[in-house]
Amino acid sequence: MTNVIELEQLSVTFGRRPILKSLNGALGGRAIGLLGPNGAGKTSLIHTLLGFHPPTSGTARIFGQDITTDAKQVRATVGYMPERDSFIAKTSCVHFVRLMAELSGIPASHALERAHEALFFVGLGEARYRPVDSYSLGMKQLAKLAQAIVHGPKLIILDEPTNGLDPPTRSRMISLIRQIRDGGRARILLSSHLLRDVEECCDEILVLKDGQIAANCNLEEERKANRKFIELETRGGDRAAFVEAIGGLGCEYALSGERRIKLIMQETVEISDLYHLALEHSVQIRRLNFKRDSLEDIFLKAMENGNAGEGMNVSVNNGNQIKNGNGRANDGGL
Amino acid sequence: MAVYEHLYGAYEGESHSALSRFLVIPRYALREVFKSKLLVTIFILCFIYPLVAMILVYLHHNANALALLQINVRELLPIDASFFLTFVQVQCAFAFILTVLVAPPLISRDLSNNALPLYLCRPLSRAEYVLGKMAVIVFLLSSVTWIPGLLIFFFQASLAGFAWLSANLWMIWAIFSGCMVWIILLSLLALAVSSFLKWRVVASGALLGLFFVPSAFGEIVNNLFLTRNGHLISLWATMNSIWRGLFGLFVRQTGQIRGKITNPIYDEQFFNVALLEPPLWVSWLFIALICALCVWLLSRKVRAYEVIK
Repeated sequence: MTNVIELEQLSVTFGRRPILKSLNGALGGRAIGLLGPNGAGKTSLIHTLLGFHPPTSGTARIFGQDITTDAKQVRATVGYMPERDSFIAKTSCVHFVRLMAELSGIPASHALERAHEALFFVGLGEARYRPVDSYSLGMKQLAKLAQAIVHGPKLIILDEPTNGLDPPTRSRMISLIRQIRDGGRARILLSSHLLRDVEECCDEILVLKDGQIAANCNLEEERKANRKFIELETRGGDRAAFVEAIGGLGCEYALSGERRIKLIMQETVEISDLYHLALEHSVQIRRLNFKRDSLEDIFLKAMENGNAGEGMNVSVNNGNQIKNGNGRANDGGL
Repeated sequence: MAVYEHLYGAYEGESHSALSRFLVIPRYALREVFKSKLLVTIFILCFIYPLVAMILVYLHHNANALALLQINVRELLPIDASFFLTFVQVQCAFAFILTVLVAPPLISRDLSNNALPLYLCRPLSRAEYVLGKMAVIVFLLSSVTWIPGLLIFFFQASLAGFAWLSANLWMIWAIFSGCMVWIILLSLLALAVSSFLKWRVVASGALLGLFFVPSAFGEIVNNLFLTRNGHLISLWATMNSIWRGLFGLFVRQTGQIRGKITNPIYDEQFFNVALLEPPLWVSWLFIALICALCVWLLSRKVRAYEVIK
C-alpha cells in the first residue's frame, strides 16, 4: 500500500507555543482517522498539510510530494472540507461548487458538469440552485463535501464532517464517505472527535495528544488479527500472583480496576490453563468474556499513555498493548 | 461521475493553465457586480465624458459640422496635453465612485463567510487570490479610464495625422500610466480596507473617509501654515501632482501670498511667501509608501486562518 501521508519530524509553533511536536510516521490507509481531544493538534496538522501554517521544522509529504516545496501540486491533489461554515455568499450552490472546480484547475466547460454531478452525488441535486446562505446546517455540510470532491482529488481531507448533523444526515454523510472510500479513487483523512464516525469509516487511525502522536494503528489489521482478547472478572485470592502467573504463560495483560484483567491469549495457552492458575492462587473467576479491542479502548489507552512529554510515539499495532518506557505493561490500559 | 449514477469519480480531463487560474476570480466576481442596477447605471454614466470628448475631437476636424453648429474652432477646447489631463482627472473621479461601490465586499464577504480556506486549499496562493480580487477592480476601472483615453487619443491621431501622433506619442504613456497608478492605488487601498472591515457600508465609508478626511485636513494645514505641504497627506492632491507631472504640466509654485508684519521699531514690513507644491518625487514616494503599506496589511489579513498568538 502506498503511503498517503508521510510525516518527518514535523513541528509547528505558533508564537512560542509548540502545537505539533516532531511528528513522525507514515499513513497509508484508504481512510485514515485523525483522533484526539480538543487542542490535540488535529486541525493544526490538517492546516499544515494544506500549507496554511508553515512547519517550524521537519516536513511532510502527501503522495510523495513535499508540502513546503510542492505546495501547489499537493493542493491540486487534495480536496478539503473545513470544519466551520465556509461558503461564498450570495451565490447558488451550483455556482459555488463550479467556482471551486475551476479554481482547482478544471476548465470552465467541464466545471459546470462536474458541479452538477458532485451535488447529485451528495444529495443536493434538487436544491442546487438555491443560495448556500439559505441552506440548513446539514445541507451546508453536504455542500462543503461537494466542493471538496468536485475536482476528483486523490486525497479528501474531512474536518469534523458530521458536526451538528441530525442522525439521518449523519448517517447519509457516513455512507457517502464509505462510498468514496470503497470506490478506491480517493483516500480519505477524517478528523473527528466522534469515535463512532471514525470506527465506521476508517481503516487506520492516528491519535494525537498534546501535539504528539499517541497512537498509530491499523484498524483493519487489528480487526483481521487472529488474537484472543479476554476480559476476566475475578474475586478474592492472590490477584497479583495470579496476573504474574498469567504473564509467565507469555500472555500480555493489563489490569482494569480492582477486579478486571484484560489479556491476550497466546496460541499455546488454553482457557483451562487460566482456571488452573486461578485455582492455584485461590482466585475466583466470576466472568470470562472474549473481547475485541474497540477503537474506544485504543483511544483511551493512547490518552492515558501518550507520553507526550517524552516525545515517544507509541504503536498499538502488535499486541494491542501500550508499553511504557521500561517495557512494562500499563495498569488498566487495555 | 455522472448525474444519474450518483457515484464519486476522479476527474481525468485536462486542467487549465496554472498561471491564469487567478483570472477565474474576476470572471465570477464581475458577473455578480453587474447584477446591481445602480452599478450598471453609474458604469454607463462613466462613458458620458469620453463620448463628449470624442465629439469634441470630431468637431475639431469637421468643418462642415462646425459650420452647421455655427461654432468657431477657437471656441472649442484645444486637443492637447491639458485636454487629456482633464480627461484623466474626470474619469479617475468616476473610477473612485465605482471602486467605492464594488470593492468593499470583495474580501470582507469571503472573510465573514470563512471562504478563504476554500480558496487557499486549492492550487492558488495568497498572492494570486489578492491578484484575482484586484483584477476585478483593475478590469472595471480600466474600461472607464485608460482604455477610452487611448481610444480618444488614437481617434484624434487618425484625424490629425502622423505629425500630431509623432509629436504627442509620449501622451500614450502619460494616459496609461497616470490611470494605472490611480487604479493600483485605489484597488490596493480598497482591498486593504475590505480585508479589515466585514461590513460593506462601514468599508465604503472608510474608503470615502480615507480620501476626503486627509484632504480636508491637508487644506486646513495649508491655510494655517501658509504652505502647500498639506497636499502630502491628500491622496487626491498627490495624484493630481503626479498626473500633471506625467503630462508635463506640473508647476511647483501654485500661489503667492503677500504678508505684512507690523514692527514697532521699523514700522510695517511686507513679505512675499511663495506657495510651493511638494516635489514630484515626494508625491511618487508617498503613493509608493501607501501601496507598500496596503500590500503589507493584505499579507497580514489574507490568510486561510488567523493565528492568534
